[in-house]
Amino acid sequence: MNSVRALIVDDSSVMRKIVERSLNQAGIKLAKVFEAGNGAEALAVLQENKVDIVLCDINMPVMDGLEFIKQLASVENAKGVPVVMITTEGSESHVVQALSSGARGYIRKPFTLEQIRERVLPILAGQT
Amino acid sequence: MKTATESSVANDGHKDWIPLLDLATREVFQMMLGSQLKTSETTADIGLDITSMVGLAGQLCGMLSLRCTQKLAALMASKMLGTDPGTIGPEIADACGEICNMVAGNFKNKISGLNDGCMLSVPTVVTGSDYQMRSLSDYPALEVRLELEEMPIVVSLEIHS
Repeated sequence: MNSVRALIVDDSSVMRKIVERSLNQAGIKLAKVFEAGNGAEALAVLQENKVDIVLCDINMPVMDGLEFIKQLASVENAKGVPVVMITTEGSESHVVQALSSGARGYIRKPFTLEQIRERVLPILAGQT
Repeated sequence: MKTATESSVANDGHKDWIPLLDLATREVFQMMLGSQLKTSETTADIGLDITSMVGLAGQLCGMLSLRCTQKLAALMASKMLGTDPGTIGPEIADACGEICNMVAGNFKNKISGLNDGCMLSVPTVVTGSDYQMRSLSDYPALEVRLELEEMPIVVSLEIHS
């Protein structure tokens, strides 16, 4: 698998670091990691940069993860970029809403490295 | 597994949720910090000067709090970030809030029928111990006392309805 450019979206800087470290520990080579604290910041990052995958929280200020996915289609750079939700919100309605909005995967916090591998690696393998 | 409704009918102050609260907390520490929590024998609350809180609203209303010492909070943050505890600064509050948030989310995921009907607030973190908290709780708080490296962690769930 080629090195990956990832965008990690979470209002917690600690959680963004954990996700980055988990991707590394899961064996995913990261060429570049972009960070954003909410959906609006993430859209701004994607206006300027191409990424291979977005890992996104749901509950965030300014613009939450579900609204972010809806608006993602309007960003030329982001068309076809897979989004995996990583969130404490594990309700069925949230999962359905996220997946129907275009998310390719869903990981509940707390998560294991195995869950990262199972949900993220197949998506990247289909891409790279 | 009991549903939220079944537990309400039991009207026992949801004491049957204590093992789930205990498990939810242990899982978060195991998965996200790589740490095994032990059951704490102490009942003293001395020095617990970091309090993280997450509100629950909807089918279950209340507040989940996690209290620990500043030293343990720094250790928790360092374990989450994979850095030395001595280098940790403002990330402490962020880390404690996230842990509390994950415990609350993991707890409600364990109660059948509750997950879709219960929302979590963003976490709030209070520093210091010279305060009193008053909650409109309908039951005595459910409490779990654990420890990490012999430093106590107290997780409480106050239920309003």
